[in-house]
Amino acid sequence: MISNASPSSQSQAPARTSKLSTYLARSLPLYIMMLPGLILLILFSYFPIYGIALAFQKFNPGLGVLKSPWVGLENFRHLFTLPEFWRITRNTFIIAVAKTVSLQFCAVLLALMLNEIRSRIFKRSIQTIVYLPHFLSWVILGGLMLDLLGSTGLVNQILRQLGSKPIIFLGSNDWFRPVLVITYLWQEAGWSAIIYLAALTGIDPVLYEAASIDGANHLKQIRHVTLPGIRSTVLLVAVLSLGSMLDAGFDQVLNLYNPVVYPTGDILDTYIYRAGLVSAQFSLATAVGLFRSAVRLILVAIGYFLADRYTEYRIF
Amino acid sequence: MIEDKSWGWRMFKILNYFILSFVGLICILPLAHFLAVSFSDRAATVGGLVTLWPIRFTTASYELVLQAPLFYRSLIVSAQRILFGVSLQMVVTILMAYPLSKTAKRFKGRNVFMWLLLIGLFTDWGIIPWWLVIRSLGLMNSIWALIIPPALLPYNVILMMNFFREIPQELDDAARIDGASHWKRLFQIYVPLSIPAIATLTLFSVVFHWNAWFDGMVLIYDVNKLPLQTFLRSVVIGLDTSNLALQAGSGQFLLYSDRSIRAASIFLSIIPVLLLYPFLQRYFVTGIRLGSIKG
Repeated sequence: MISNASPSSQSQAPARTSKLSTYLARSLPLYIMMLPGLILLILFSYFPIYGIALAFQKFNPGLGVLKSPWVGLENFRHLFTLPEFWRITRNTFIIAVAKTVSLQFCAVLLALMLNEIRSRIFKRSIQTIVYLPHFLSWVILGGLMLDLLGSTGLVNQILRQLGSKPIIFLGSNDWFRPVLVITYLWQEAGWSAIIYLAALTGIDPVLYEAASIDGANHLKQIRHVTLPGIRSTVLLVAVLSLGSMLDAGFDQVLNLYNPVVYPTGDILDTYIYRAGLVSAQFSLATAVGLFRSAVRLILVAIGYFLADRYTEYRIF
Repeated sequence: MIEDKSWGWRMFKILNYFILSFVGLICILPLAHFLAVSFSDRAATVGGLVTLWPIRFTTASYELVLQAPLFYRSLIVSAQRILFGVSLQMVVTILMAYPLSKTAKRFKGRNVFMWLLLIGLFTDWGIIPWWLVIRSLGLMNSIWALIIPPALLPYNVILMMNFFREIPQELDDAARIDGASHWKRLFQIYVPLSIPAIATLTLFSVVFHWNAWFDGMVLIYDVNKLPLQTFLRSVVIGLDTSNLALQAGSGQFLLYSDRSIRAASIFLSIIPVLLLYPFLQRYFVTGIRLGSIKG
């Protein structure tokens, strides 16, 4: 750049380089600060891309990625003919949609109900209790559920008292998906209500006053002030949860399922885990994983595009 | 707000209190039931007699779990991963968030780094590539496999960066004119002013490390190096209490059952979360605010 410059600007070249060196001297710490994070980012977000090669290989762990034979799209061709592939994709989608939709519905409902409570102590106590399960791992919650829903568990104890036959909830293909949704609601409904509660406190009280002066009763105030007040939050959560349409909850399913309920409960993530890390079918597992990542990326992108377009949400 | 005193509204309010109390009970009863099971004796737990109150109160199950060397060892591993994992994560997050909070004019290349981070945030290559990378880095079967990979969470960096950006630019300018270096400005202006955000992220990071179990399951082979939740999984999900029960002395076997052992180990592992919970609650609001800041 400098060598092509005209004679008049050549005299400025030393000044420019010294400006660069002062910039560097002053800003070097910024680059040093970036370094640890950047190395980790490259190692764990970019380096894994090489693993994708497995999806196009007949991977042999003894030979490694470099020497394993390439097979092109063979793994995918094989995959798409597997009946269980379509089964797990369908299961994943059904479970994820059922969970997301019912969670948001319950969260809005819970927030609206909590918002009507005038007693601060009562409100705080309920909030404290319903947020708690969010902070427990699915190992703990899975252990709780396995016992509660087991043949000698509390739920069947109660059913027996009521004179009904015991139900094997976690060993039944009719019950497994409802159990997943209900236990997920049990864990997350309270926590998900927080964002709506925050939106509700943001509604200007003047609006309620104006509405009641205009003769609106409480129900009408909810309909015309409260609900429009949280409309944008609901919309935002809805578009952003598009990205989780393939996220049926790996932690939860892995800790609750068993081979009996594979027909209704096996999902992409659990299948990838079993194929790859249990049976060492790395190429097949990576192909399923790549399929999942690609669909997820498209859904996330659509979600953020819609959020950017129709709501005020900006990530940075 | 003018109180609505109509009959229908009053009915609704009573119903509302009633339903919310019911929801609260549903959330707390399973835990209460488990607490009762963990303190009951063998005959009561095996026979399914326990509801919400211990039957023939005994602490045998707790004694058994607390005496098991494997439980202890896993507790130490978890403590180590929290100590090192959380501090490393916070240091990396703060150090990376500071340069990114600068404008592209002040910090050349900022937008390139930002895009790298955002792509990292939005892509997920799945567990097989993740597992292969950790294996090829030689981290397998080491506690570092549990500490280093989650040290950078792009989302946390963005939250921290957004918080740094809220700090008045004048403070930074004044310190810069006085000749304060970037290090000095970060640690004497930005960090002290961001204590609520740092506390929030730290608390959530502690809970994250305490609750993580899958990484221990697929990255650690040695049963002596498992973190608590992974070990707990073999007990409560794998239904294998032999690791715990083998340690038992004779004559005690009438007091505990597999069920009460599982309940006791579940409860012991909930205690740290319960202790942190009041602090977590204090910072929920900060957490929400962090997530909703717009640049």
